Amino acid sequence: MTLFKTTLLTAAVVMTQPLAFAAEPKVPVQLPEYKEGQYIHQAPTIDDLMSDESIHPELRKVILKGHDMFMNTQQFRGKYVFNDMNCKTCHMGEGRMNWSAPVWPAATTLPDYRGKNKHVNSLEERIAGCFAYSMNGTPPAYGSDDMLALAAYHQWLAKSAPVYEKNIGGRGFSHLGKNIPEDISYEKGEAVYQANCAICHGNDGAGQKKAGKVVFPPLWGDGAYNWGAGMTRIFTAASFIKNNMPLSKPGSLTDEEAWNVAWYINSQERPQDPRYTGNARETREKYINFHKHSRYGTEVNGVVLGQHDNTGEKPFLKPDNLKPRTFD
Amino acid sequence: MLKHYKPLALMGALFTAGAVHAQGVVANGQTVVMKGDGSGAPCLACHGMDGAGNDAAGFPRLAGLDADYIAKQIRDYNAGSRVSPIMQPNVDNLSEQQIQDVAAYYATQPVPTASSDSDAELVASGEVLATRGDWDNYIPACESCHGPDSQGMGATFPALAGQHPTYIKQQLMAWRSGTRYNDPNQLMTGVAERLSDTQIEAVAAYLGSLQAVSAQGGQ
Repeated sequence: MTLFKTTLLTAAVVMTQPLAFAAEPKVPVQLPEYKEGQYIHQAPTIDDLMSDESIHPELRKVILKGHDMFMNTQQFRGKYVFNDMNCKTCHMGEGRMNWSAPVWPAATTLPDYRGKNKHVNSLEERIAGCFAYSMNGTPPAYGSDDMLALAAYHQWLAKSAPVYEKNIGGRGFSHLGKNIPEDISYEKGEAVYQANCAICHGNDGAGQKKAGKVVFPPLWGDGAYNWGAGMTRIFTAASFIKNNMPLSKPGSLTDEEAWNVAWYINSQERPQDPRYTGNARETREKYINFHKHSRYGTEVNGVVLGQHDNTGEKPFLKPDNLKPRTFD
Repeated sequence: MLKHYKPLALMGALFTAGAVHAQGVVANGQTVVMKGDGSGAPCLACHGMDGAGNDAAGFPRLAGLDADYIAKQIRDYNAGSRVSPIMQPNVDNLSEQQIQDVAAYYATQPVPTASSDSDAELVASGEVLATRGDWDNYIPACESCHGPDSQGMGATFPALAGQHPTYIKQQLMAWRSGTRYNDPNQLMTGVAERLSDTQIEAVAAYLGSLQAVSAQGGQ
């Protein structure tokens, strides 16, 4: 069943390429192969939503609001978001795309235990995590209209996907594995960055805006994801970069280049981890299962990364929603 | 004393900054526009004195484009990374200073008013491509690099809003066929070769229907 789907999907992708150029594109889309037995999801599009008459108009409105929040999260700047990120910044292609951390699996695999906060998380709590870390902010209240809209968008994208199926093709950012190659370096990463990334994200990693709108997101500094975001993990950034960057050229960097540039980007300062204890080395040890993959709390170029009180634009350290849950 | 010092320092800066960063002189650019490079047609013959260009003929609007972007295109014609049998012989005798002058001239011309005679349905489907993209065919939105309303991002990603549809179509075809390959890091090539003919038609119509904003005033 799953295998059959994979074959069909591959055929569909091949057929949609313009015939004359299908033979040898100058810039091929090079995405990883799906593994045998994986569930491959084809998330619906906004066009599907608009033409689906089985959806109640009220639900359609809620899903569209969720989509709008997802694409333009900056409309909540200073309320939920305190950096330059939108949801779509990391979850490209409207959150639908395999290999770009498609968001719908959060709707089909949760509630489940999550190692990051060591308790069972709901879909809302997972979305809240993004706001607390990647958006350097604070989430919409659980059960609020805004949270409902985002959750509805996630769940609608999951349409027809099997609930609690975990073997999902193109999920998350980890296809390069979690083991950082030994021979990577800041200098090599910097060279890759200058050659491939700086043209959009700038030499200073601050990205570019126009007319107040973020066009190329910052990769470090106050406008970027904070030290608690999944993207600070070298392996997460490496896989994201490999399969999504430079924009329109997935797979064009070698694995080595992706690892090196991820290492370089995540060797730069950014807003504090909301779980900060006042000491970065201590915070690293406290959350070592997470931070063993990041450079936070380690010495880089003579300073300990993350040893500071800078929370960026955000006027607080820890959003209220980040709290443990127990059923003891 | 200080008064004396400043212009000297400025001139020094101009020289040391090298050719690429030197400033074009608008008035001198006007002369180039009228006279050309001495061995071909003057710029105004096709692009107009006002830089409005011509849709039917496929002559691009230059008015209000980023000056560094215009200058780079002229250099690229001369270097062969952008091939045009019309443009190349008409700019091959321009000096680097003249290139910058003419770029500065056109960059400072007021942008023309957009025409609104495009097919509404075509424009609507082009808008989806420009603002959301077509990710199932790995085509990102134009806006993701060319900026809000595709008004351009600096010298690298030119304004597409208010550009003539015929010219946009020609250029997308040129990237597909390989006669234009002056995009940094091939950022445009892949997108162009994934676009279908219908999509090219639609996105050109949409972009052409937008009102341009001068690159100088947009930031």
